[in-house]
Order: sequence, then C-alpha cells, then structure tokens
Amino acid sequence: MSGVRILVGTRKGAFTLESDGARKQWDIRGPYFAGWEIYHIKGSPVEPDRIYVSQSSSWFGQQIQRSSDGGKSWEPVGNSFAYEGVPGTHQWYDGTPHPWEFKRVWHLEPSLTDHDTVYAGVEDAALFHTTNGGKSWQELSGLRGHGSGSHWQPGAGGMCLHTILLDPVDPKRMFIAISAAGAFRTDDGGTTWRPINQGLRSEYIPDPTAEVGHCVHRLAMHRSRPNVLFMQKHWDVMRSNDAGSSWHEVSGNLPTDFGFVIDVHAHEPDTIYVVPIKSDSEHFPPDGQLRVWRSRTGGNEWEPLTKGLPQSNCYVNILRDAMSVDSLDACGIYFGTTGGQVYASADGGDTWSAIVRDLPPVLSVEAQTLK
Amino acid sequence: MIRVVLPAHLKMHANVNGELELEVDGAVTQRTVLDALERSYPVLQGAIRDYSTQRRRPFLRFFACERDLSHESPDAPLPEAVANGSQPFLIVGALAGG
Repeated sequence: MSGVRILVGTRKGAFTLESDGARKQWDIRGPYFAGWEIYHIKGSPVEPDRIYVSQSSSWFGQQIQRSSDGGKSWEPVGNSFAYEGVPGTHQWYDGTPHPWEFKRVWHLEPSLTDHDTVYAGVEDAALFHTTNGGKSWQELSGLRGHGSGSHWQPGAGGMCLHTILLDPVDPKRMFIAISAAGAFRTDDGGTTWRPINQGLRSEYIPDPTAEVGHCVHRLAMHRSRPNVLFMQKHWDVMRSNDAGSSWHEVSGNLPTDFGFVIDVHAHEPDTIYVVPIKSDSEHFPPDGQLRVWRSRTGGNEWEPLTKGLPQSNCYVNILRDAMSVDSLDACGIYFGTTGGQVYASADGGDTWSAIVRDLPPVLSVEAQTLK
Repeated sequence: MIRVVLPAHLKMHANVNGELELEVDGAVTQRTVLDALERSYPVLQGAIRDYSTQRRRPFLRFFACERDLSHESPDAPLPEAVANGSQPFLIVGALAGG
C-alpha cells in the first residue's frame, strides 16, 4: 500500500512523520540530531530511502547527514563548502561591501535522476553540488561570479540561496532564488546564469525594477509545466509563463501579498497555495487567523481555506521551506509553523488537521510519496 | 595521554561519551591536540576550527587548569598538567541565552 513520509526540519532537530495512504494515523519519530538546527531535510526522488539533512549550529558549524534506509540510521558526510577562488564581497545591510562568508546550508535539492547527486543552496548565497552522495561539495561558481554578485544583499534571515528547482524536462535547466538578490536561471547545467527578475517591483531598493536586489521568498513549479513558475516575493505573488523571462503579479484578492511559502497541487498545475502573513515586522497571520489561500486559476482569484485551522489567537509564521505536497491521488498538502505544528490536508486543502502540535519551531517540511 | 572534553553537541555528533583520550606526538599545543582529535574523529573537522582558516570557531572557547586559553597561540605549549594528562583540555560552547 502506498504511504507518505513527511520530513520535518526544526530549530532543535529533525523528525519523520509516516502514514499509510489514508493519512489519518501518523507515526512520529525523532528528534534526530537533537539540539541542532535542521534547515532542510529532503529525500531523493529516485531512491526515497536516501535522505539528506542540513544540520547546523552557530557554535559548531555545518554538518551534512545522509541516510540510506529511510531515516533508520544516519552517517555524517562531507561538510566542507569552500567558495571557488577569491570570494570577494557582496553588499551588507547598509550598502557597504562585506566579504563572502559561508554560514550554513539552507536547502538541499537531490537530483531527479541520480541519488548521489545533490545541489545545496547556502548562506552567504552560492550554489554547491555533490556527485558522490555528499562526500565532497564543489561550488557552481558561475552563479556567484556572473557579474551581479557584488550587488546582492542579505534579507532579514541572511543572504541565503533558499530555492532550487530542477527542470524535469530539460536536465540542463535549473532555477534558484536568493534573498535578497532575486531569481536566476541556468540553461547549461549551472555553468552560466542569468537573472530572471523582469517584471518584479520592490520599493525597498533604490531602483524598484532593478535587474537584481529583489527579496524573492520562494519559487514553485509543477513538473508537467516547467515553463510556468510561481513566486512568493517579499511583497507580491508573481507568475511567469516563460521560464522566468518575465513576471506578472497574481496577488489578486489576497488579504496581504506578503508571505513565505508557495506550492503547487500535485495533479492540477493551476492550483496553487500560499499562506499570507502580516508584515513588515509582525510576521504572523492577519487577525490571528491561520488561513491557507488557494487559487484554482493559477493566481488572481483566491479562496481562504480555514476548516481545521485555528481562526483566533494564532500568531505563528510559516517559513519559506515549510510547505510541501504529496502525489497520492487525492493530493496531500502539508505545512509547518514556527509554533511547532505540522498541519496536513488529505483533500487538496479543503480540510486540515494537525499531525503534531508541539515540535520546536519548524524550518522545513518535505513530503515523500512512498510506493 | 591527553584528556579532552567535548561539549554535548559534539559528543553526540562524534558518538562518544565522557572524556576522550588521545595520543599526541611531540609538543602538546592546541594545534597538535586538535589535529590528533580530528584524526581520531574526522566528523569533527570543521566543527571546532574553521575549515579554511583553521582558526577556532568564534562561539567556542578552550579552557584548562582553570584558565581561558582561547586566545593563546595555537602553537603555544599547553599547561604541563594537560600534557601529562592530570588535567583535561576543555572545548566549551560559549554561553548564550538567558
């Protein structure tokens, strides 16, 4: 029987939540790597029992863990992330030059075709990859060195490369996003890159329509239609129909167009989900009501999904890597909160329930559909 | 035999309990002790010293014999009591929080 495994990264360790296809009873395991920040944990789409973990600490630096048995056991692998050549400088918060310094891995994206190949998005923003299961990591330096790197600047969470989308049709194409630089695309497997931010408008940079400098929070695509991208920006929900070459706003009737997560239904490429968040400084749901908003039209027309979610006194945040979908026939949607809840919907978002309520603050959620 | 005490996070990471005992050839310094530690426990590479600079990570401190040795030269001899194994070399996470 098919099932689902949810991989959860938190401020104080990793957890796995497993269920059969009914998704009613969940077996919760963890914490793994207790006390460490788990920015991301993700399994290989080729071999789901191969799981990679970014384990980090301000005290003890970066570690990468790997499991080959679905999380029953773990082994530390390579944790050296050395920038290619002279790292140079990017902009600091006040606009002054600041040297590039590795801090942590924000996102791990296993290859669609090889379980030993993984891409890693790091802070300070750069893209690394391994082809030997994490034993060693090399920078794809064409991104950082393509020309605009000295103008990138950190967002509130740091200057992080947080999103990596691999094109399932064109193996040479990939998309990444950096806070606060914007979105970038390669068409040659990561050797060369170009910014893809035309159509974005950000009032917090000197030139609101500049080529780089935009605080992109998250990108999403449906694997059947990789030229269509969705973006949750610092402000604005955006859509591109041409692989990021141009963007237009689809925030429509959302109560606020600020937020972090965005994801796409597994079987309906025009059904997308966001969780609007009040900002600039609050970073909690408007009116204390936790609502996922769904568009079935690829944006612009949105409906609030509330059944099973707290509709009063809820002041959690949902961070950028903390939403995921499974691919069972009735698509499951999952998201984690900074209050330690992981919510699930087994009916495309119509109804929700908490799988678990009292984890440490959730940093990332990834759903694996198990055969 | 040199005695080394790791902070809790690194004990867990290296899968060890209690004090470690290490053989160090030649002069006993921060560098030779940490080199020996990382040879015995390669998973600790990068966790105590920065990979690229080999300098102590900023939120870690080194204590021994009731002294803070964090800012001593990595090539300065450690106290005789550490070298002869009567006192441990302590690797400590800097205090943070309330």
